[in-house]
Amino acid sequence: MTRYIIRRLLQAVPLLVIITALLFILTANLGDPLAAFGGERRRLQPADRARLERQLGLDRPLIEQYAIWLVGNDWMKVDLDGDSIADSYGTRRGVLRGDFGDSFQERRPAIEVIGERIWNTLLLMVASEIIVIILALLVGTFSALHQYSFWDHLITTLSFIGYSMPIFWLALMLIYLFGVNFQRWGLPSLPTVGMYDLSVGPTVGQIALHMLLPLTALSVVSLAAYSRYVRSQMLEVIHQDYIRTAYAKGLPERTVLRGHALKNAALPLVTIVGLDMPLLLGGTVVTEAIFGWPGMGRLFYKASNAGDIPVTMGILFIIAVLVVVFQLITDIVYTYFDPRIRYE
Amino acid sequence: MATVSLNADEILTSKPFTPGQVAWKRFLRHRMALVGIWILVGLVLYVAFGPLFFSEADANLVDLRQKMSRPSDTHPFGTDMAGRDILARTIYGGQISILIGILAVVVSVTVGVLIGAVAGYFGGIVDSLLMRFTEAMFNIPQLFLLIVLAKFFASQTPNFTLLGRTYSGSVVIIVGVIGLTSWMYLARIVRSSFLSLKEQEFVTAARATGASDASIIFEHILPSAMAPIIVSATLEVANAILSEAYVSFLGMGVQPPTATWGNMLNEAYNQLEGAPWMWFFPGTLILLIVLAINFVGDGLRDALDPQSLAGAQE
Repeated sequence: MTRYIIRRLLQAVPLLVIITALLFILTANLGDPLAAFGGERRRLQPADRARLERQLGLDRPLIEQYAIWLVGNDWMKVDLDGDSIADSYGTRRGVLRGDFGDSFQERRPAIEVIGERIWNTLLLMVASEIIVIILALLVGTFSALHQYSFWDHLITTLSFIGYSMPIFWLALMLIYLFGVNFQRWGLPSLPTVGMYDLSVGPTVGQIALHMLLPLTALSVVSLAAYSRYVRSQMLEVIHQDYIRTAYAKGLPERTVLRGHALKNAALPLVTIVGLDMPLLLGGTVVTEAIFGWPGMGRLFYKASNAGDIPVTMGILFIIAVLVVVFQLITDIVYTYFDPRIRYE
Repeated sequence: MATVSLNADEILTSKPFTPGQVAWKRFLRHRMALVGIWILVGLVLYVAFGPLFFSEADANLVDLRQKMSRPSDTHPFGTDMAGRDILARTIYGGQISILIGILAVVVSVTVGVLIGAVAGYFGGIVDSLLMRFTEAMFNIPQLFLLIVLAKFFASQTPNFTLLGRTYSGSVVIIVGVIGLTSWMYLARIVRSSFLSLKEQEFVTAARATGASDASIIFEHILPSAMAPIIVSATLEVANAILSEAYVSFLGMGVQPPTATWGNMLNEAYNQLEGAPWMWFFPGTLILLIVLAINFVGDGLRDALDPQSLAGAQE
């Protein structure tokens, strides 16, 4: 097992190098990264612009910029004053040593900017994922046990609608109904923007209240797909011989379903969840934009619009690493749940 | 009441069903797929014959005195920020949205089939290189890639004129970008069908007759691998329309003067309370078409590809 993990990690290295190199080429051309420096009121003088480009290393060939992003430049002399003579050591330490560079927009470490936002996104994602998994297991099992009944057809139709639902449409409807109209009708309305009331501060109650709508929007869309999946898995499992055996030896239905059927039906869900988790970070761009949630998706949107290379690349890098790590965790968890599988 | 008469001669002499007829019968049994077909036909008629009632000039007619007026007799869906008629704009926007959906899938199917077929057929180092690349593309959420790519190519593409109408150059960019970020799933399916099909005897026979690799791939193996390709291409149209809506909603998709259902939502969501009709109609049309295509795709899967795990998500 240890050897398997090590081999997988080693295989991931070239993969990550390819991904980041491709993304770096794209990101480096997202627009004028220096636009953020002049501020809105004054434009950069050509001399200042040249100096900034030199300091940020933007005057270098792309391949060199990528290398510096990856391994830093504190081991080589760089030319800072523009006389074509390398004079002092660089200050960048490179992503591989945890230095993501400084955000162009905010002029502080990109990792700090991302770090502030990542927890907000994770809060939303993990909460939604937990709700979705529990509900999907319940709904999917119910649907499978009552196959072709009225409720099964209703659930199937609803999950198709949920699966096809553009998340922005659902989000706008939720805001319009619970935020705007409830207020109009004098009912207790839900907050629709931000994480907490500025007058109250970030208390647990406030955040929970502000999370309700974005959480609903996110959950409905994933719930549809997951519950369909659980249903089809469950249908396959409950027709197996060992389920009949369990019934035959007189076990109560509850025990059979929970102990024998659900455990096996839920297994493939582990893979889906493991592969979806990091991608869900991306699925929140639109949700976060609509609900004004200060998360990573919104940060990415803002940073990529402004040509803020360190922040944009930082977020993409974190996601790419998370994908690889989650794939590995999924495989390992799988062997725990299903002892028949062994990796060599 | 008609009675069912079973005439032995008739049964014995009638032709057996072709695989196509069997699939068609299975498709017709799928009630939701039929509902999907009707919704699709309705929407296509809507965008195809709508122009008989509203010219494109109507759709782009700016009338600031009429701005943000609620739905009425003259403007059944209301008007937007610039006083343009939303009904007319959903017609022309729908044409572009549907067109983008279809063209993007043409791009993604072409790329996906080529990569999957080459990887599956040749195997070895070609296979592992191509699959590494596919995996790399999979590792970044599509929306993030879409945003970066749309921004990368967006730098001032000129408008172009086709058949007397002017389109924003961003339409072409968005088609390409969506197509190039959505082929990976298909490539994997095609690769796995090729892996098993290339071991079959008809391929050995074709090779023995001296057929070239290209001929074996496209004329012999590909036709046998069509079912899953058709199913996932259909479902992919829905995803492409959604993707267009997402990037356009974020303001990085199709640019004015061309309307799409997605970019109509972009300015509308600032008017969430004041003018709900601005986002309600285009948003509902997107929901309807995506839903209809998913219904049809599911029916096609049951009809063409019965062994696949029904209901499993990608």
